[in-house]
Amino acid sequence: MKYYDKLVFELSRPGRKGYELPADNYGNNALQSLPADLLRRDEAQLPEVSELDVVRHYTNLSMKNFGVDTGFYPLGSCTMKYNPKINEEVAADPAFTAIHPLQDAKSTQGALELYYNLQRALSEIAGLHEFTLNPYAGAHGELTGLMVMRAYHIANGDEKRTKVIVPDSAHGTNPASAMVAGLQVVEVKSKPNGSIDVEDLKPLLDDTVAGIMMTNPNTLGMFETEIMEIASLVHEAGGLLYYDGANLNPLLGKVRPGDMGFDIMHINLHKTFSTPHGGGGPGSGPVGVVEKLARFLPNPKVVKNADGSFGVSTGSESLGSVSTFFGNFGVMMRAYAYILTLGKENIRNVGPLATLNANYIKESLKDDYLLPIEGACKHEFVFDGLKDKSTGVTTLNVAKRLLDYGFHAPTIYFPLLFHESMMIEPTETESLETLDEFIEVMHKVAREARETPDAVKDAPLTTLVRKLDETGAAKNPVLTYRQYLAGESK
Amino acid sequence: MSNKFMPHTDADIRRMLDKIGVDSIDDLYNDVPREVIYTSDYNIPSAMSEIELRRHFEELGRKNRRLTVFAGGGAYDHYSPSTVAHLLQRSEFYTAYTPYQPEISQGTLQYIFEYQSIISELTGMEATNASMYDGATATAEAMFMMVASAKKRNRVVASATIADRVLDVVATYARFHGVELTVVAEKDGVSDLEAIKAELEKGDVAGVIVPTPNKYGIIEDFTGLADAIHAAKAYFAINADPSALAVLRTPAEWGADVACGDGQTLGMPLNFGGPYLGYISCAKSMLRKMPGRVVGVTRDADGKRAFVLTLQAREQHIRREKATSNICSNQSLMALYATIYVALMGRQGMKELNALACDGAHYLFDRLTATGLFRPAFPGSPFLKEFVVATDLDVDSLNAMLLDNGIMGGINLGEGRVEFAVTEKRTKEEIDRLVDLIETFSK
Repeated sequence: MKYYDKLVFELSRPGRKGYELPADNYGNNALQSLPADLLRRDEAQLPEVSELDVVRHYTNLSMKNFGVDTGFYPLGSCTMKYNPKINEEVAADPAFTAIHPLQDAKSTQGALELYYNLQRALSEIAGLHEFTLNPYAGAHGELTGLMVMRAYHIANGDEKRTKVIVPDSAHGTNPASAMVAGLQVVEVKSKPNGSIDVEDLKPLLDDTVAGIMMTNPNTLGMFETEIMEIASLVHEAGGLLYYDGANLNPLLGKVRPGDMGFDIMHINLHKTFSTPHGGGGPGSGPVGVVEKLARFLPNPKVVKNADGSFGVSTGSESLGSVSTFFGNFGVMMRAYAYILTLGKENIRNVGPLATLNANYIKESLKDDYLLPIEGACKHEFVFDGLKDKSTGVTTLNVAKRLLDYGFHAPTIYFPLLFHESMMIEPTETESLETLDEFIEVMHKVAREARETPDAVKDAPLTTLVRKLDETGAAKNPVLTYRQYLAGESK
Repeated sequence: MSNKFMPHTDADIRRMLDKIGVDSIDDLYNDVPREVIYTSDYNIPSAMSEIELRRHFEELGRKNRRLTVFAGGGAYDHYSPSTVAHLLQRSEFYTAYTPYQPEISQGTLQYIFEYQSIISELTGMEATNASMYDGATATAEAMFMMVASAKKRNRVVASATIADRVLDVVATYARFHGVELTVVAEKDGVSDLEAIKAELEKGDVAGVIVPTPNKYGIIEDFTGLADAIHAAKAYFAINADPSALAVLRTPAEWGADVACGDGQTLGMPLNFGGPYLGYISCAKSMLRKMPGRVVGVTRDADGKRAFVLTLQAREQHIRREKATSNICSNQSLMALYATIYVALMGRQGMKELNALACDGAHYLFDRLTATGLFRPAFPGSPFLKEFVVATDLDVDSLNAMLLDNGIMGGINLGEGRVEFAVTEKRTKEEIDRLVDLIETFSK
């Protein structure tokens, strides 16, 4: 097929159009009668293209993308599991998509019931009292959860609790969310195996600590075996435990975060509950809490009335609102469909099979790739690059070579604990055959690194575009078509 | 353990366990304290087949009522061309994630570049990020941008004419982050520019946020405001409806430094409140304080034009607690929605649909006031597709009657004020029926 690289603006021809609207029979020319000072002076330079132009253009663009439906996507910490198609269909039903968020609750009982049922299912799976589904994404959930944490301490008259403890191995979003929530970050050290150093934690636990943010399993995919001790230490010091749900997948069917002592958590519906990642969103980041924190959850809240109907309420002790309406409802519909499809019989196998898949890859590749931490991992694990460091082939080179072989690359250079991190998460939806193909290609790349290292360093060789000049893009940012045209005409 | 989403046969599991060198999957959880291992079934429903699942959703769907919508309040019943939803179902788009590997993500990167270009054309600003969650959080982020840009100033002034739901979110973010937010009361339904200028004279204001059209649908006039703000060394943000900017004076033309708002108006289904799309555009001078992802043009090793995430040094995964925002993801697929929608509607269609909505809204306004049952709440104020009227009728009972007739009436603002919205989807016949029902009700 021929290489396609047009921009939609480059297809534009004056007078061409891709729409039809009904005739304007109001006969009042109201828009034209508005004061000229309030109207736009320079016309927006928008595309003028036909409907078929649009269809071909975006179909061609889609073919320049790699998704879970294209192939194996072992991107660590992102839980790129299969996105079921029935979920797309039910979420597109006009009985839901055509309803206004401010309609009288009498006319939105189905939507409110769905919100409420999903809220209950997540509470059950998490072992927590109540969830809000309003936050739009994982980072938004973190921010909301930390606001709950602060609201709780403030309500207790404990305003000096402004520090939140974050492991040095945590994802950058954790400290950034803490900062936005007005909390100060204190780092706690990790031990060489990536788990929290309890001895380093103890002296940090004073009466200024609001709480601790953790993932479990941690960033290396290892279970924090001292979690019960950490929980009691933090609670004794008057702090709360926040669970970052990024790594929840291996615990489905096995461990409920609430049972480990966590007080607040967010769930990424786009990870654990199979809603599409959408090229970067929309996601959804529901936040769950223990009973004593429920009154601080954001408004609006969806409630079940005594007569069994559903309503919308606002709590006076709520931290406020974090979203315009009820969050990404369309994403909730998909997660709800996923939970109902698996049901209590199958959802309990999600965690174990995700863990089985990850351990199988780890054990199959540790002869060629450096495994810094031995022992059973959970849903993901980290290699510190190739075992043979003499070839000069880096983790980046391996990642790019994988693209040539039709695989998405793992997450690379994260976590920061190792120089050549390569974080692999297969998820439970991949078959043994797919894992074996991936393992074979990883071995092949390791062999190429020994035999023809320079070729590997040139990868990718077969992708539609090759290595990109990222430095040039940042030095002279060209961020719009208008700027691009101005640059071309120079 | 096999299921349609989990392909493991017993033989597969056996082979994998042998490779790992353990006897059972449970052994992989031996490091988990026994007391937290969950051994019961979750108290959730049993597994449903597609047939049962579809039936369940149909039952839920029947408990919702599709109405002829005459309300806005932050969500507008614009038409969604079928082509957009169709193209959004290309799974190479929706099953991908953030374009970390640009060589196999050119589709995503290119549509984000087109999105940035389109929103920048609408706002008139030089740069746009690859999208935010919604208009309210985008406005809160705009507030943070201004505080980060104005050195040692921590106070932001916002007009009370910003939609309440947006202002609530902005106030929540401000309270927790420690930004001092001053909400300046409205005057005759619009921003009180003199009161804003008085705040600016105190010399401690980092930025000012005003809306257009505002929470009453009024198109505001910011003449002289940019000069006053910039003379006070503060920044100027406008919350604006991007669809309306195809015809209204743009944030750039008003002299703003930042534009922000909700992209739902770009044809997105109401969807019970989401997913929608937040946008932020800014002048190039503020680019390095703008949160979120940004895509730029570059070349590959063979000289081909290509697109790549750029200016990532601003972002949370690099700067951690020193970042100005914690935002990681975006509403990428909704950015694609907006891009395809605007590409279809194009230069002419974007103007035409605004004219249809505006003409329809004025037709409804004229008909309502002609009944004698409604008075203009803000006489003479210019509006586009949303407006407020005052009435002595009981608004809740009126809306209950309309609901019985399959209509979502205007939003009850209290004190006898009702806010109606009209989009290009409403017809003259629907408007006439609405007014007839109201007249009958009043008798």
